[in-house]
Amino acid sequence: MSTLPWWEHLIVLPVLLPLIAGALLIPVNQKHHRLKFGCAAVVSVLLWVMAAALLVLVDGEHWPKGIGVYLAANWAAPFGIALMVDRLAALMLLLTATVALAVLVFSAQRWGRVGVHFHSLFLLLLMGLNGAFLTNDLFNLFVFFEVMLAASYGLVLHGYNLNRIRAGMQYIAVNLVASFMFLIGVALIYAATGTLNIPDLAARVPALRPEDSYLLGVGASVLALAFLTKGAMWPLGFWLPGTYASACPPVAAILVVMTKVGVYAVLRVWLAVFGDSAGALAGFGLQALTVGGMATLVFGTIGMLASQDGARMAGYGAIVSSGTLLAVIGQSGGAVLAAGLYYLVGATLATSAFMLLLELTERIRPPGASLLAVTMEAFAIDDKPVDPVGVVIPGTLAFLGLSFVACALVIAGMPPLSGFVAKFSLFHALLAASPPEQGGVTPATWLLIALVVLAGLAAIIALMRLGVRTFWASGAVTPPTLLASEAAPVTALVLLCVLLTTHAGTAFDYLNRTVDGLKRVGDYHERVLGQPPVLRTPAGEGTR
Amino acid sequence: MEIVFAIAVGVTFGSGIWLILRPRTFQLITGLLLMSYGVNLFIFGMGRLWVDRPPITPHTTVDPAQFADPLPQGLVLTAIVIGFATTALYLVMMIGARGLTGSDHVDGEEPRE
Repeated sequence: MSTLPWWEHLIVLPVLLPLIAGALLIPVNQKHHRLKFGCAAVVSVLLWVMAAALLVLVDGEHWPKGIGVYLAANWAAPFGIALMVDRLAALMLLLTATVALAVLVFSAQRWGRVGVHFHSLFLLLLMGLNGAFLTNDLFNLFVFFEVMLAASYGLVLHGYNLNRIRAGMQYIAVNLVASFMFLIGVALIYAATGTLNIPDLAARVPALRPEDSYLLGVGASVLALAFLTKGAMWPLGFWLPGTYASACPPVAAILVVMTKVGVYAVLRVWLAVFGDSAGALAGFGLQALTVGGMATLVFGTIGMLASQDGARMAGYGAIVSSGTLLAVIGQSGGAVLAAGLYYLVGATLATSAFMLLLELTERIRPPGASLLAVTMEAFAIDDKPVDPVGVVIPGTLAFLGLSFVACALVIAGMPPLSGFVAKFSLFHALLAASPPEQGGVTPATWLLIALVVLAGLAAIIALMRLGVRTFWASGAVTPPTLLASEAAPVTALVLLCVLLTTHAGTAFDYLNRTVDGLKRVGDYHERVLGQPPVLRTPAGEGTR
Repeated sequence: MEIVFAIAVGVTFGSGIWLILRPRTFQLITGLLLMSYGVNLFIFGMGRLWVDRPPITPHTTVDPAQFADPLPQGLVLTAIVIGFATTALYLVMMIGARGLTGSDHVDGEEPRE
């Protein structure tokens, strides 16, 4: 008889529920796709509710120091695996659940039906994502990464065609090699410190002998290679645009969240292990992150300008946002983290909405138009489009156009939406983090700011070109057919971006509390290693 | 023993790297398998190499120095299972690609001359 109150189990449920539901859906025949969709929808709603509940519990200091700990199988840390939820984990869970719900509703009419096991794979992917956010053990993180990746391999191939196979081959090969890197990194860290529990690791780092801390540095670098492959840092992110462009749109939207897992893992491990208390290793590798992040920014910007179709452009957009985040983390340690997290949330919502929107805008063009567009660019054919003067814009086109503009504004970081608030606060924090008495703003910071501004400019050029070609120069005036279940998720995600802008104050309050909590590394050690296992009541006097 | 072990890991992993850079899918998957063997041996080695020391402890109080570290063995077991599963998955996908494209090149088409 467990003596844990029910809400403690909320921490493990985001992992267990999709696992069980996903497994149960496998034997159900695809003929019952409505039933499958229904089950997956119920689970996604429940996941969202649980994530929201966890966020409220954590932020309400329901658990001491805002850190909830769940000992899997009742083994005390560091011998067992501890799941841990803090404000950052709760935020990422909520973000995942939100995007997942939108994607699931979007795929109800078309993509959930075109192949088998979409819903099972989708739920297993959610399990992997949630587990990666909640776990507090490096090897367990590897296991959840693999669950997530295995499900994503299936999803990338969903709707099996030649393009997807080609992209999938590269995607899987790159990620398999990255998994080996992960294992090597974990093994080296274990060899150096004798533990894989993150807070325990953090506590052991300052007392390491020099040869061991060298080994730890090597291990952490190899581990970072694995994380940054997921996070698509240059030169590890070449797999991303092709995969995004060929995956079906709902899958591409959820893959946007997956790239953020890499950034999340880097943040989690680096802040805990190489924070200010790490002695000689404090701030290890941050410079590499800055340089890598800036290179990623440049790469993404050029890619965005060069790409012809929308999905590829959105893929490069995701690379730009990864690069911005990584460079900002590297440049200033944790000082500008709150603004960075705000940027992450807004960019993820907008890019996901954009991915979904692209499928709808594709319907504006008559079949074959995309091929024509490429030829048009390549041979500079002066194509005279039908003069649209006098045509009343139908409701669907207005909806598509407005959503497109909103997504573009967030991705490019133009006012008035959340992208602008995010970039503005990033610059503000970057400049405030280097006060004049410490030598003022360094050239690297100026370079970073310039690159971010340039990336925004490039994004607006690229997206405007795409928008003009899609909405004005397509020559088609027949509005596409939209289903409510396809328009609603896009609207919801766009509205969330607007809400994030209007309630930026509330969001920043929460994020500041998040960052304050992250910096108190000792709290994690105290909470996770101090969590006592549940004592069983002696047989015979059970608690009824 | 350490030298032999290190050479074994290095040769396995090195061959794996060479093979995954080859253009045919069969070479690629063989390379991935070799790399996964190399990684598994490496994890095993990171728990330090012990001879004649069991990884499990009896109930009586004992000197821990007499026993091997059991954790890397657990990690290796998990890594082997996961590596097997993902490799099998990749194999299925390669067969699909071969059937669909008619080529066993990793790009799905024969290189143009």
